[in-house]
Amino acid sequence: MGLTAKSSGFNVLKESFNIDIEINKPVIALAGNPNTGKSTVFNALTGLKQHTGNWPGKTVTQAQGVFTHNNQDFLLIDLPGTYSLLSNSTEEMIARDFICFARPDLTIVVADATNLERNLNLVIQVMELTDNVVLCLNLMDEARRKKIRIDIEKLSGELQIPVIPTIARENDGLYELKEISYKICTKQIKITPYKMKYSENVEEAVEKVLPLLKTRLNQISDKLNLRWLALRLIEGDKTVLESIEKYFFKLSKNTEGQVLSCGSNC
Amino acid sequence: MDQTADCGRELIRTLSLVDNISESEKEKIRDQIVKDIYWLAEKIANESVSKEQIKTDWGEKADDILTSKYMGFPIMLVMLGGVFWLTIAGANIPSAFLAEGLFWFEGRLNELFMWANAPQWLQGILVSGVYRTMAWVVSVMLPPMAIFFPIFTLLEDAGYLPRVAFNLDNFFRRSGAHGKQALTMSMGFGCNAAGVIATRIIESPREKLIAIITNSFVPCNGRFPTLIVLASIFMGTVVSETYSSFVAAAIVVALVLAGISITLLVSWILSKTVLKGVPSSFTLELPPYRKPQLGRILVRSFIDRTLFVLGRAVMVAAPAGLIVWVFANIGIKGMSLLDYAANLLNPFAVLIGLDGVILLAFILGLPANEIVIPIMVMGYLSTGAMLEPDSVSVLRDILVNNGWTWLTALATMSFSLLHFPCGTTLLTIRKETGSMKWAVFTFFSTTAVAIIVNFIVVQLIHLFL
Amino acid sequence: MLLSNLPLKNSGKIIGLTAKGEQRRRLLDLGLIPGTTVMAKRKSPSGAPIAYLIRGTILALRKEETDLVEISP
Ligand SMILES: Nc1nc2c(ncn2[C@@H]2O[C@H](COP(=O)(O)OP(=O)(O)OP(=O)(O)O)[C@@H](O)[C@H]2O)c(=O)[nH]1
Ligand SMILES: [Mg+2]
Repeated sequence: MGLTAKSSGFNVLKESFNIDIEINKPVIALAGNPNTGKSTVFNALTGLKQHTGNWPGKTVTQAQGVFTHNNQDFLLIDLPGTYSLLSNSTEEMIARDFICFARPDLTIVVADATNLERNLNLVIQVMELTDNVVLCLNLMDEARRKKIRIDIEKLSGELQIPVIPTIARENDGLYELKEISYKICTKQIKITPYKMKYSENVEEAVEKVLPLLKTRLNQISDKLNLRWLALRLIEGDKTVLESIEKYFFKLSKNTEGQVLSCGSNC
Repeated sequence: MDQTADCGRELIRTLSLVDNISESEKEKIRDQIVKDIYWLAEKIANESVSKEQIKTDWGEKADDILTSKYMGFPIMLVMLGGVFWLTIAGANIPSAFLAEGLFWFEGRLNELFMWANAPQWLQGILVSGVYRTMAWVVSVMLPPMAIFFPIFTLLEDAGYLPRVAFNLDNFFRRSGAHGKQALTMSMGFGCNAAGVIATRIIESPREKLIAIITNSFVPCNGRFPTLIVLASIFMGTVVSETYSSFVAAAIVVALVLAGISITLLVSWILSKTVLKGVPSSFTLELPPYRKPQLGRILVRSFIDRTLFVLGRAVMVAAPAGLIVWVFANIGIKGMSLLDYAANLLNPFAVLIGLDGVILLAFILGLPANEIVIPIMVMGYLSTGAMLEPDSVSVLRDILVNNGWTWLTALATMSFSLLHFPCGTTLLTIRKETGSMKWAVFTFFSTTAVAIIVNFIVVQLIHLFL
Repeated sequence: MLLSNLPLKNSGKIIGLTAKGEQRRRLLDLGLIPGTTVMAKRKSPSGAPIAYLIRGTILALRKEETDLVEISP
C-alpha cells in the first residue's frame, strides 16, 4: 500500500518551523545527542516545564521559550536529540533543517560529559554547518562521579569554540552559558570553529563540485554553506535538495521570505 | 520571485553535477565522511579526557539483575504491582476525605439555592449535574493519579523504562512491531494522546501506525482510576481488609498484562494484514542510571497531575455533567431520554456483560474517560430517589442496587481497557498521521476488539458458572 | 564472523558493514565504524536483542542489524 513517510503525511517539519521569530530577539537552538539534558537546560533557562526523562527520545516535539539576560530577550528552541545530522530520520532532519535553514543566531550543543567522544561526533557536524556554536558540557556531576576528568581549555582549544561545563539540574554553569550566549549574539565575540578536513578522496570530490556550485547557487551562498552542500551531494543525500527547495523556494513564495531572512538578520 | 524560479532551475541542474559519481562511489565517500568525523572526535576526546578506573559500576550491577534471564520479568511484575499497590492503598484515605468534603459542600450549595428561591431545574443542572460530576471526578480520579505519577516519574528518571523496552523487545519483534513501542506504551499510562505523540521516536511509518493504533490498550490517566476503584470495591472486598488492596492491585496488574497481550496480538494481526511488512531496524540506547531528584520530582509531578485533573474536571466534566443531567431529566411519556437510550442499548450491552447505562456512559464519555463513572452514577440515580453518594464506598451500594455483580465489574473494566480512545487521543491520531482515516480505523478496530473480548469472556463465564 | 555470532562478554573489532542505504547510514552514525571495538554485554531475558558496548554507549541491536556487521574476534 505504499506507506512512505510522505503518503502517511508525517509532516513534522512543517509544524516544527512554526515559531514566532521576532525581530531583535536572537534565536538560540539547543541541539545535542538524545538524553544529554537539553530539556533540563531549556527548563533551567526559560523557567518552563518541558518534560524530561532518562530515556533517549523523551522530547519529540519542539519547544520554544524566552529568557532574558542583561536586559536582552532570547528565543530558545529545544530541538529533539540526535546522534548525527547525516541520517534521514525525522528528528535528524528537523534538527539539521533548523540549524541549516532557520539559521539560529547561536546553536548550543548540549553534550554528555561522561561520553564525550560520541557527543563530539555531533558537535563537529554542527560546526561544519554554522560558525556560532557553543558546547555545553552537561552532566559534569555524573562525570565526576565516574572519575572522568575533562581538560576544558584543551577541548575548547581543539574545537575552537567556547566550552561551558554545566550541571543543568542544579543550575550550575548556566550563568556562564547565558553570558557567552549574550556576547556571541551581540557580536562581542566572533567564533571561527575548527573546520573539518576529510580524507583525500572526499576532498577531491568536493573540489570537483564546489566551484560549480559557487557559480550556480551564487544567490543563496550567503544563506547556505556551499561546502557543506557539496559534501551532501557527493555522498548522495537527496533530502538536502528537497529541503532547500522547500525552505528557500516554496516557503519564500508564501511568506515572502520572512521565515528565512528573519533568522539570519536578528 | 523571478530569482526564485531561477534558483529552482539551478537547483535541478545542481543535481546533475554529481551524476557522474556512481552509487557505490557515493557510498564509499559517505563511509569515509562518517569515519573521518568519528576519528576526529575520538582523537579530540582522547586528548582532553582522562579516566580513572572505578571499582564497582553500580549501573552494571543493577542491569545484571534488572535484565537478567530469571529475574528480569519477575522484577518488572513486582514493580508494576508495587506501584499499583502503593497507589491503591494510598488513595483510599484522601479519596474518602475529598469525597466527604466535596459532598458536604454540595449540601451547602443546595441550601444556598433553596435560600435564594432558585428554580428547581437550575439547582438540578448546576448542583446535581455540573457540580456533582466534577466532585466525582476530583474525589475518585485525583488521588490515584496524584500518587501514581510521582512514582512512575521516579522510575522514568532513574532510567528504568529503556530496560523495560529491552526486556520486552523480542515480543514486539515477533509481533512485527517496533521495540520502542514499549516506551510509547509507558507514556500511554499518562495519557494516550501523549503516547501517540511519543510514537515519533519510531522511524518506520508502518510500525509507528501500529504503535498509534494500539496505544489505547494501555489504561491512561482517565481510565485506570476507574479500574482501581472497581477492582477495590468488587474484588478487593472478597477478602479481609488487610489484603484487599493487594487483591485489587493484583487485579489491576492482571488487566494491564491483558492489555499488553492484546496489544501484541493486535500488532501481530495488523502487521500481517493492513500494515504488512517486516520489522524495520531497531536500535535502543540503554542510558546509564541516574539518581532521580526525589523531592523535586515528587512535588513537580504531584502538582502537575493535580492541576491536570482539576483542569479536566472544569473543561470536560462540568459541561458533560450539564448535558447528561438534562438528558436524565427531560423525558417523553414519563421516561427520560437517558433511560430511553439506555433501554435501547441494553439488549446488546447485556451480551457483552454490561448494561444499557454502562454502555451509554462509555459512549457519552468519548470526550474524556474520567467522566464515565460519574455519568453511570447519574444514570442510575436519575430514576430513583436522589441518593447522596458521600463516599466511595457508597458507590458500591449504588452499583449493587442496580444489579452489578463481580462479573459486571470485570466486563466494565475490560471494556474500559479496550474500547475506543478518548476524543483528544483520536484528534491527536488524526494530527499525527495526517489523515482522518487512521483515527476512524483506530476507533472501530479498538471497539471491535473490546466487543469481541468481552463477548467471549462473558459467555465463557456464563457457560461454566 | 558476524556480530550476531559474537558470544556474550566477548569483544570484537568491526571490519565492515554489509547493510545498504538508509540502514547503513544509521548504523554508521551510531558509531559502528570499521575499526571500532564492540563488546556483547547482555542479552534480553526474552532472548533478543543483545546489548553491545559501542564507543562508550550501551546499544541494544536486533539480530536483523547485527547480521549486517562483520567483525574480527
Ligand atoms: N545528574 C544529572 N542529571 C541530569 C543533568 N541534566 C539533566 N539530567 C537528567 O538527565 C535526564 C535527561 O534529561 P533531559 O533534559 O530529558 O534530556 P534531553 O536531552 O532533553 O533528552 P531527549 O529529549 O530525549 O533528547 C533527566 O533524567 C534529567 O533529570 C545534570 O546536569 N546532572
Ligand atoms: Mg528533551
